[in-house]
Amino acid sequence: MPFKYLFSTDHKVIGLLYGITSQFFLLFGFALVLIIRWQLAYPSEPMPLVGGLFGEANAPGGLLLPDFYNQLGAMHGTIMVFLGVVPLSVGAFGNYLVPLQIGAPDMAFPRWNLLSYWFYAAGGVTMLASFFIPGGAAMSGWTSYAPLADFAPTGQTWWLFGMLLIIFSSLLGALNFITTIVQLRAPGMTWFRLPFFVWAQFITAFLLLLAFPALQAAAVLQGMDRLAGTSFFLPTGLFQAGQPIEAAGGGNALLWQHLFWFLGHPEVYVLILPAMGIVAEILANNTRKPLWGYRLMVYSIFVLGFLSFIVWAHHMFLTGMGTSISAFFQATTMIISIPSVIVLSSLALSLYGGSIRFNTPMLFALAFLPMFGIGGLTGLPLGLAATDIPLHDTNYVVGHFHYLVAPGTIFALFAGVYYWFPKITGRMLNEGLGRIHFVGSLIAMNVIFFPMLIQGLAGVNRRLWDGGAIYSHAQPVLYLNVPMSVAAFALAAVQLVFLVNVVFSLRAGRVAGTNPWGATTLEWATPTPPLAHGNFEHPPRAFRAPYEYSVPGVDGDFLPQGAGDEGARARA
Amino acid sequence: MTDGAHDTTVEVRGYLMVLGALLALTLITVAVSYLRLPEAPAVLVALSIALGKAALVAMFFMHLNREKAMVYWPLGLTAVVFVALIAFVLWTEADHLFGTRFTGAFGKVAP
Amino acid sequence: MEIPYTTEVRPDTGLTNPKLGIWLFLASEVMLFGSLFSSYALLRSGSASWPHQADVLSVPLATLNTIILISSSGTMVMAWAALKSRSLSTFRVYMGLTILGGAGFMVVKAIEYGEKFSHHLYPLTNNFLGLYFTLTGLHAIHVLVGMVVNLYLWGPGAAMWRTEPRRFTNRVEVAGLYWHFVDVVWIFLFPVLYLL
Repeated sequence: MPFKYLFSTDHKVIGLLYGITSQFFLLFGFALVLIIRWQLAYPSEPMPLVGGLFGEANAPGGLLLPDFYNQLGAMHGTIMVFLGVVPLSVGAFGNYLVPLQIGAPDMAFPRWNLLSYWFYAAGGVTMLASFFIPGGAAMSGWTSYAPLADFAPTGQTWWLFGMLLIIFSSLLGALNFITTIVQLRAPGMTWFRLPFFVWAQFITAFLLLLAFPALQAAAVLQGMDRLAGTSFFLPTGLFQAGQPIEAAGGGNALLWQHLFWFLGHPEVYVLILPAMGIVAEILANNTRKPLWGYRLMVYSIFVLGFLSFIVWAHHMFLTGMGTSISAFFQATTMIISIPSVIVLSSLALSLYGGSIRFNTPMLFALAFLPMFGIGGLTGLPLGLAATDIPLHDTNYVVGHFHYLVAPGTIFALFAGVYYWFPKITGRMLNEGLGRIHFVGSLIAMNVIFFPMLIQGLAGVNRRLWDGGAIYSHAQPVLYLNVPMSVAAFALAAVQLVFLVNVVFSLRAGRVAGTNPWGATTLEWATPTPPLAHGNFEHPPRAFRAPYEYSVPGVDGDFLPQGAGDEGARARA
Repeated sequence: MTDGAHDTTVEVRGYLMVLGALLALTLITVAVSYLRLPEAPAVLVALSIALGKAALVAMFFMHLNREKAMVYWPLGLTAVVFVALIAFVLWTEADHLFGTRFTGAFGKVAP
Repeated sequence: MEIPYTTEVRPDTGLTNPKLGIWLFLASEVMLFGSLFSSYALLRSGSASWPHQADVLSVPLATLNTIILISSSGTMVMAWAALKSRSLSTFRVYMGLTILGGAGFMVVKAIEYGEKFSHHLYPLTNNFLGLYFTLTGLHAIHVLVGMVVNLYLWGPGAAMWRTEPRRFTNRVEVAGLYWHFVDVVWIFLFPVLYLL
């Protein structure tokens, strides 16, 4: 790729930069957890092939030491969430598609857009580099709870600094998205003619804008504790390694949790909303019907976005809060499931009466529905304090959120890649390989994450280096680690099919026209790829709602949103 | 964008008046602090004056008194979320902080 | 390729892109400082003992700083008003005063910090001082950034007045909104850290 592309202010190029970088991080984060999965399934056997690469400090004789295991865990979470999924959903898909779908020539602030990417890249480099410093990378969970994280080796400080860079990138991006959607909609593109994907990105941007600063503040405070010797998170009388800490004390470890989860909870809606947007686009297109309940879905995600700011302490039910504030957070947590269910139900109802085409993007989008359903339902006992007591911090929680992010969000992202690849590259991805990728991933992910729910219900804690082997209550469910790990390796193998498909199709895939899926939204009204610096050959206009498929009395089974009178005349 | 030079002169007088009010309120808030009021009234007075000064800067220097709906909505949301952050953090930690026991119906202290 | 509504307002929203963008950025800054104020509230309410703030810090110096910063907010809006009256020279005077105000604020801050250090009062001494240094330090960084932007607009940036006066006026307005916000943060920091 020519050097100049690294400094392009074109949203499509920046979207691709985000796309390539984030997919690299997804693979890297996945690799980290494969190491963990080996350890959990075969704890006394050195890792084959790569076991010798980690060095004596981390894995002597290819057997993971606990500190290294903790680094892998903390960095897997951090990288997947902050460097992988969100940059892909928002930075890549959002950047590439939002201006196109609203009929704009670019984002409102193209140069800030480029700067956002570079801050993200810098944060990513910081995170990766932290593996190689003495003491290694952060190892206190992706949640970096105080006081543990206050005393962790230097890698934790790199984590804090990396997060500040990533957060700054996100804040700039968020205000860019909001301004673009408000200000740069083409003539005729009224609010309720926006594709649902755009609405999803709009709400997501507000979540990022208002929630991330809390983690910035927290990171600054933890940085001060670590570097300037303050005691923001260190209570009086704290002992560490058998010695009283040399600090003034008077701090509050729960303050970190509040600030972290104030971001952390909206963050999970940042993870799911763009995915819902992608699924909505693909369902409408492949049922040849408008979405059922489009307006209801839009109102629902407004409510969802707002509520997401007032549920965060459901991550803290075990910290000793009073019963009435606990009741408040339980109530808001239960209520927030309503808009989620409305969106899921609307998407499912959109299938009814449709002319369904089972192409690869549609397979991934369809699978999203029950997988998101399982993820969401398994959240209910976590949202009620009484049932959260035995489940908190167990593998049940890990299974719950992975159902949402892996066969949930990541499936939606795969669907998006298969769907929009022809618009970006002019070629189709291979359907056969796509189906193998789909079936393999679906089965593997369920084999990995369903047993986690069982292990959690049995009481096996999360983040344990030995997977719970030392506990008698874990013995009956330990055997599950083996099929889970085998499935994880199978999942990795199946991703190779996807990579081969991408590389092969870039050169030799079936040539696609400008609109191979017969889609209505404006991004399909551009040349393929869309024009550099401008997107549209003629200034676009929106003439109708976004999903005018199978309109009675019209030739063909779709009316493009940007098509003028010819479409209307045909109806008369 | 179409203000004439005359409008700006009137505006400038307004800015000077606001500046005067801000400086006066600053002196008042410092003076009140020397009264060494008990905690709750002291906080109430100091934050009220601060809120008043902030409102003057926002309304008149930042022209929020004649801004558009698309600015008001995000700011309104921000205000609500900001209050939620402060209020719920304190409420959640209230038992640890104030040694209270909230049991049963909201706010009732157990015997 | 022109991005629409960079200088012209979009009719239905009545806004330019930079105007909306800066308000959104300020909304995020409200949450940043809000998180720190929330931390202050929690840590102070939960502490066994808290120093009498006005005894540790210098109220007279901080009052002076408050007067300086508020005045610089005044001169900032006057600088913008001068551009609306199409007077670049008046703009230069007021913007210059704004920058000087910022510099004055930083000098007083440096004196304050120096005073604390010379009495062996550091962030790690207790949480009050930790919060004081962190909050005022972060605020001071914001003042510095504002000064750099203002300096640019006073100096090389002002070349835009000749070619695109409306766009330059809008830039000054945007910079002004940021500067006023920094002032508003101080308006809360002052009583919270010094007077209560």
